[in-house]
Amino acid sequence: MTQKLGSFPGGLILNGQKKRSTQVAIRKMPLSKKLILPLQQHIGEASTPIVSVGDKVLKGQKIAKAEGHVSVALHAPSSGTIIAIDEQPIPHPSGLSALCISIETDGEDEWIKRQPIKDFTELSEHEIRQLIREAGIVGLGGAGFPSFIKLNPGVHHHVETLIINGVECEPYITCDDMIMRERAEGILDGIEIMLFALRVKNCVIAIEDNKPEAISAIELALGARPHLHETNVVVIPTRYPTGSEKQLIQVVTGKQVPSGGLPIDIGIVSHNVGTTYAIARAIKYGEPLISRIVTVTGREVEHAGNFETLFGTPMHELLAYCGTKRQPEEPFILGGPMMGYNLSGDHLPVTKTANCIIVGVDDGAKASTPLPCIRCGECATACPVSLLPQQIYWHSRAKDLDKAKEYNLFDCIECGCCSYVCPSEIPLVHYFRFAKTEIMNQQQEHAKADIARIRHENRLARLELEQQEKELRQQQRKAALVATQAAKAKQTAELSTKPQKTDSQETQ
Amino acid sequence: MPLSRLSSPFLAGTNRVTLQMLQLLVALIPAVIAIVYFFGPSVLITMTLAVVVALLAEAIVLWLRNRPLKPFLTDGSAVVTAVLLAIALPPLAPWWLTVTGILFAIIFAKHLYGGLGYNPFNPAMVAYVLLLISFPLEMTTWLPVANLSEQPLDISSAFQFIFNGQLTSSIDTVSGATPLDAMKTQIGLHQIPAHIFQQPVFGLWGGKGWEWINIWLAIGGAFLLYRRVISWHIPVAMLMGLSAISLVTWLITPELTGSPLFHLVSGGTMLGAFFIATDPVTASTTVKGKIVFGAGVGLLTYIIRVWGGYPDGVAFAVLIMNMLVPLIDYYTQPKVYGAVKS
Ligand code: SF4
Ligand code: SF4
Repeated sequence: MTQKLGSFPGGLILNGQKKRSTQVAIRKMPLSKKLILPLQQHIGEASTPIVSVGDKVLKGQKIAKAEGHVSVALHAPSSGTIIAIDEQPIPHPSGLSALCISIETDGEDEWIKRQPIKDFTELSEHEIRQLIREAGIVGLGGAGFPSFIKLNPGVHHHVETLIINGVECEPYITCDDMIMRERAEGILDGIEIMLFALRVKNCVIAIEDNKPEAISAIELALGARPHLHETNVVVIPTRYPTGSEKQLIQVVTGKQVPSGGLPIDIGIVSHNVGTTYAIARAIKYGEPLISRIVTVTGREVEHAGNFETLFGTPMHELLAYCGTKRQPEEPFILGGPMMGYNLSGDHLPVTKTANCIIVGVDDGAKASTPLPCIRCGECATACPVSLLPQQIYWHSRAKDLDKAKEYNLFDCIECGCCSYVCPSEIPLVHYFRFAKTEIMNQQQEHAKADIARIRHENRLARLELEQQEKELRQQQRKAALVATQAAKAKQTAELSTKPQKTDSQETQ
Repeated sequence: MPLSRLSSPFLAGTNRVTLQMLQLLVALIPAVIAIVYFFGPSVLITMTLAVVVALLAEAIVLWLRNRPLKPFLTDGSAVVTAVLLAIALPPLAPWWLTVTGILFAIIFAKHLYGGLGYNPFNPAMVAYVLLLISFPLEMTTWLPVANLSEQPLDISSAFQFIFNGQLTSSIDTVSGATPLDAMKTQIGLHQIPAHIFQQPVFGLWGGKGWEWINIWLAIGGAFLLYRRVISWHIPVAMLMGLSAISLVTWLITPELTGSPLFHLVSGGTMLGAFFIATDPVTASTTVKGKIVFGAGVGLLTYIIRVWGGYPDGVAFAVLIMNMLVPLIDYYTQPKVYGAVKS
């Protein structure tokens, strides 16, 4: 199908460096002795453990349940014993630790009883979403947003198009490319399920033109499913960051998601190809999300490629399996070279959002002293969101956060295009992340202060109320006392008169 | 604070400030050759002097300001300022004129504002205007090209003149008006431009020699556009602005003004359009803003040239527009993704 594509301003043509990891088919990473599973591998609230130390678990068994609305379940990736539920270092740019469930695997890899669904059309949309939630599925493209929520447009929204994101615009990463090449059928199964759950017919599978193998694999599979005649592959010119959700929507539909809004506001739902495949596995085979495909690549990696890896597998084991010249504790990149982050811990586990590990970026940016901004505007030309990075930088640096916000800091998608082109080598995005965190902290502080103020006011009110009540009670008591005294007085008076009476009576 | 690339992006493009400045200098080479051809080799002496003084001044100020020397001396901005001023000065500018100009450019126009990236005004143009106001005689004394082609000025006599103020060769006069000057004076004397063009200072479309220097500067500018050191917005807007206003006045009163072509190849037009107005630090940075900025420079250049008291208006025009940059930038912000209400 020829469709007129939209476009976004700026962006970059980058050297993909994808060949290195697409030479060999997806391989399976061998089972690790110990799996470490952070309870929060998604955006939202962490899951709550439902097992205790010492419990035996089977592969695919639920070990933590979704907590609150924005949350998903977590499952044991292999059979074994729960050996700890405690704080462990997690893959996070700031080197955080968080609550994790650790499993010592028994090597049996024994599945729990799965419940495949023969005909998902017999289910309701709600049941499908529930199954997807219970299968622990989150966006595998990188953000990790619970997928079932994105399949719930709500009564106020009308979905026009489902976009399946197979763009994968960041250099080095090839896990989506490989899954499309090798598991096209599964992806189409997933699309069928999602189309059904969303009650929509129109679907676009967007793939960049640097993945001809993936394009033909999907098209071939699609040819054998005539009932999917409103599902089309749309080939998109390779340009970074087309894979970013909002930019992709702009390219495919020509429309923009309103600032601060969601794609659903303009009738779009988008899911990553890996997620789509995971949904098919969950419904069709009853398999929860317990593994993902991780690209391991980089200049220092001997056997670069894509590996189906169980969650919780320590990254250093995966790296060792691929063979690297990396020294222990030497930093590597998790994610792509444009938006990923540096990690250095050895025992960090592979999580649901870990799409790529890079050891050694070719012609990586050198750590250099940045020159002052010469206001050349290259950053603004490259920005896909049409921001003025030089102005935001100027104000962030001057700690004038309100001004930075005024220049739409929060519309920045942190794609890194501006830093890439800056002739003064200013790490612009670094400043933007910092400024965003600062502002959010301030807002939290404000919120806290507000809460404290309200509490204080409530307390004062309560105290006053108590005081009033106390006074009231005192008054009442006083009144009661007066009353009783009066009554007593009366009684005594009566008493004193009575005998008189009696006396009088007696005297009578 | 050297913020190393501890956070993404871990990739970087190849664009560097120093590289841009270098390409700018390369783009000036053909024009400099043309200047040497028409006005003699003295420009080379002025240029060398300017560069040496600029680097020394930069180094001293950096040292005083406690700034690292190496990154800032090698960024090339001081050299570019020096070369641009040297090209703008008259060929036989005495040495003290050059030194005064450069010192003022580097110390006052650049570093008092905070150095590279912080100066609101183009340093070379600030210095040029200062010199023009303080030393109008020296700044408007140009060698007539015609005389020079008959009696070329060799390098040693140029040297003599610049440092001693004496002419050793037999050139009897060093005072000659620039073509722009001549045009203005003659029009003031009620001459018709077509007749004025008969005078020896004029060539095909503009001043003799000047037209070629401008053409070579434009070719250098095209190289910068091709290398993406500059974007097309400012030069195109400036040249269009200048052409538009001169075309209108020329059509209405052809007896009172030179043709648009004359203005395009005269004075500092091309130097201004491609090398000065495009200075990233002092120009507008938004796309729409660049167009407004460029057009403003073009219009003001013409207004000052024709109706103002100075022979050329490029320097003043650039400085005036520099002043308006914050305002222009503020009102020409691009529309951010998603800002369109759906
Ligand atoms: S690219 Fe760098 S030097 Fe140029 S305007 Fe942006 S921040 Fe300033
Ligand atoms: S990181 Fe932000 S400011 Fe920089 S180019 Fe991307 S969206 Fe624009």
